[in-house]
Amino acid sequence: MACRRFGEAELLWHRDRDLDGVDAVVVPGGFSYGDYLRAGAIARFSPLMESVIEFARAGGPVLGICNGFQVLCEAGLLPGALLPNVSLRFVSRQVEVVVENPETMFTRACASGERLSIPVKHTTGRYHAPAIPDDQVALRYAPGDNPNGSQDDIAGVTNEAGNVLGLMPHPEHAVDALTGSTDGGRLFESLALVAA
Amino acid sequence: MRARVLIRPKEGILDPQGQAVERALPALGFEGVENVHIGRLVELDVADPARVPEMCERLLANPLIEDYEIMEVVS
Repeated sequence: MACRRFGEAELLWHRDRDLDGVDAVVVPGGFSYGDYLRAGAIARFSPLMESVIEFARAGGPVLGICNGFQVLCEAGLLPGALLPNVSLRFVSRQVEVVVENPETMFTRACASGERLSIPVKHTTGRYHAPAIPDDQVALRYAPGDNPNGSQDDIAGVTNEAGNVLGLMPHPEHAVDALTGSTDGGRLFESLALVAA
Repeated sequence: MRARVLIRPKEGILDPQGQAVERALPALGFEGVENVHIGRLVELDVADPARVPEMCERLLANPLIEDYEIMEVVS
């Protein structure tokens, strides 16, 4: 629904294999397979994910949000893994994220250092990636605002090629003034530029 | 054959679940407990036990953050 504010969007079903010629793929948040075994570990093998992996390897833009981020890490499309929050609690609150890399397909509409107010809602969001290069860190939680203990306050990362982004915060929950912030829309604005 | 696989968090990775249990035990009167870690046990009947390591690598464990141990395979 958030995507539809910025372009044409359609829902693709995980058991299908056809990406229907879309310009970009968003792997949404949720609770796929109840987080059984590990968050995203089973959804990562959905039939549609094979097409998404092929699409990503060919350079297509892929955005993973929350559970989607977890799925993309499990699929090896992004470095690292997501671990349980240090608090062991489900955290649901607004956070400020800082745009570290405004050159990505997903942050192009933003300025370097721009702060975005976006909600997080997760239990398993602590990012861990021993050797991630600095230029693959797209977003960081603002100092003091890290909700889950992620290493180096990392909130969102890209792959080496820069066409895949994963983040734990929910930009799609910050596109309407009713939710208190429309900052999340900046990521979709950026993505819409790709298809333009 | 029945395989048992133990999956545990990698050494050095913060394990808040283990810490929570470690903090709870003294409250019940158990002293001298340290280094508590929480893992996972997967048990499965397999036709071909030689494929269990691959199952671990691909699905049962995430080798980036977990170590696994195939404990036993019994007929």
